Amino acid sequence: MFNIFKLALRNLRRYMRRTLLTSSLITLGIVAVLLFVSISGSFKSMMVGQITDSMLGHLQVHRKGYLASIDNLPLDRNLKGKQIKVVEEALEKDKNVAAYSMRIKLGAMFSNYTETTNIRLNAVNPEQELKTVPMLAERMIEGKKEGLVAKGEILVPELIAKGMDVKLNDSIVLVATNKDGSVNGQPFVVRGILEGISGPGGRDGIIHIDDARALLRMEDKEVSEIAIRLKKIQSMKDVFANLDTTLGSLKNQMDKPVFEVHTWEKLSPFFNIARMIDLMTLFIKVMLVAIVLVSIMNVMIMAVYERINEIGTIAAMGTSPNKILALFIMEGFLLGLLGTLSGVLISLLAIGAMNISQISFDFGRQEGLLLSPSIGVAEVLTVSLIVIAIAVLASLQPAWKAARMDPITALRHV
Amino acid sequence: MAMVVAKQLKKTYRSGDIDVQAIQGVDFTIQPASFVSFVGPSGSGKSTLLNMIGCLDPPTAGSLQVVGKDISNLNRQQAAKFRGEHIGFVFQDFNLIPVLTVFENVEYPLQMVQNWPREKRRKRVQELLEAVGMGDQGHKFPSQISGGQKQRVAVARALVTNASLVLADEPTANLDSTTANHVIELMKKMRDEFGTTFIFSTHDPRVVNNAETIFTLEDGKLLQGKGGNHV
Repeated sequence: MFNIFKLALRNLRRYMRRTLLTSSLITLGIVAVLLFVSISGSFKSMMVGQITDSMLGHLQVHRKGYLASIDNLPLDRNLKGKQIKVVEEALEKDKNVAAYSMRIKLGAMFSNYTETTNIRLNAVNPEQELKTVPMLAERMIEGKKEGLVAKGEILVPELIAKGMDVKLNDSIVLVATNKDGSVNGQPFVVRGILEGISGPGGRDGIIHIDDARALLRMEDKEVSEIAIRLKKIQSMKDVFANLDTTLGSLKNQMDKPVFEVHTWEKLSPFFNIARMIDLMTLFIKVMLVAIVLVSIMNVMIMAVYERINEIGTIAAMGTSPNKILALFIMEGFLLGLLGTLSGVLISLLAIGAMNISQISFDFGRQEGLLLSPSIGVAEVLTVSLIVIAIAVLASLQPAWKAARMDPITALRHV
Repeated sequence: MAMVVAKQLKKTYRSGDIDVQAIQGVDFTIQPASFVSFVGPSGSGKSTLLNMIGCLDPPTAGSLQVVGKDISNLNRQQAAKFRGEHIGFVFQDFNLIPVLTVFENVEYPLQMVQNWPREKRRKRVQELLEAVGMGDQGHKFPSQISGGQKQRVAVARALVTNASLVLADEPTANLDSTTANHVIELMKKMRDEFGTTFIFSTHDPRVVNNAETIFTLEDGKLLQGKGGNHV
């Protein structure tokens, strides 16, 4: 094998310019793929992190049918005492669950005593909420972050704060209608201003869950949703499957399902953007495969054509067809390897440089997002292996042709 | 045991719609350690005959024994193995591998075909290079040596595997007179030293004059010989 390796390497050196050009093309493809994967991956994970860690959590449990009418924030589809207990028991049993938070979602009128507007609110238990969405406090652009929110306090979304000219410690009134149609109002002190972010719930205000119950005159401990944080996001699919089986199978007296479980992917429209990014990544990978396939095949066809006489000579000397096959496949393999190694090296250096230079960008209303591209070993290995495998595959046809060549015809070739 | 025995050997090629009878039932025997030349005009079948003896091309009919083995029906792998073990080739254009040094070119059949161990291989290659007067040129690449030197290297490469038979197709065609004579002398010396049989296909009178057996071919038939069994 070493002899074939040595001979293949020498042949690549013989046509140095062609070798460099071909491997540069592969390098370019690898760099494009790895940089795209690392940058889009960084953007994706940042957005996913922001969505799951400051709004949605990884999973949510609702009463069946709640999600379909979530735009209306219905109060008649809340989970009630016994149902909440069932969910709590299921969550406590699951070792992958890090925390969960009970929420009441409601719509209300927001008054600063001179003007009124409508507001969507998330009523939470601050302790549970901070454990479930730990980045929520980071979204507070004004106000004291510790403890998130206390009874009688409200975190006002940035847009409403600006529009209604509301500042910290101002007093405001929330007026809400409960599920029976009864209207009630309650004063609140502005505890903080919340930065608005893209996605569902990204522009909601926050109050204490006990205040929501009082405002809505809830006698039972109802909740609209239970947001769940997992120890590792990678376990999301397993936990989802588990909860979906456990809770999804429970039926009410009318033999209809009681609960619905959703991952953040189902809840956030960003998932479609993430899928689009994945699709673009796949497309770029297909392009890379095409580049490698065509360039290596072209080079190897040329290599065989230029060395017909040489193939005849080594065949005449008794070199077995298998060894001739291996020789040309090795050349393709080395070309792919050379392009891959330099591509990976350049990509890693570029990723390092981008991290050092702290590039920031704006996305929607969010400004100064820090680009921190990173790439996993698995992704690098996958791309490298695909390229090398394609390089070998592309060499097969020319190598086969060389191995099957009739020595006499080859020796006669000028 | 005879080195080559051909009986009613025939070779027919298909050229377009026509069957071309390149060799038309020849019989001959070549003894070990002989210096044999096939001569004849272009298209007479010299190279075809050499290709058949060298297991590069199977006969259409008849029998052909080389080194005591019937080689008429060998498949590609078997033919390659047989060539690697028993036959050396010397070509008109030397056919050295340009990316290998002189030493590595001679080493190639031992390394890539016969898988000799490194130390034994290197010793054998150096011996052969010394024998052909190229002992101090092993590090050079083919592009750095003259035509005569290249042919010496080719002879060393043909003999390095202890091949009992060397087939040389126009080995002196691309050499000047002096160099050609040196190469012929070298091959004779190798024949004497190693007992190798040399079979030439040539037009060159210098080679023909040195041959002990001459087979003349015309239109695929043997006409006459010197010192052989065809007169």
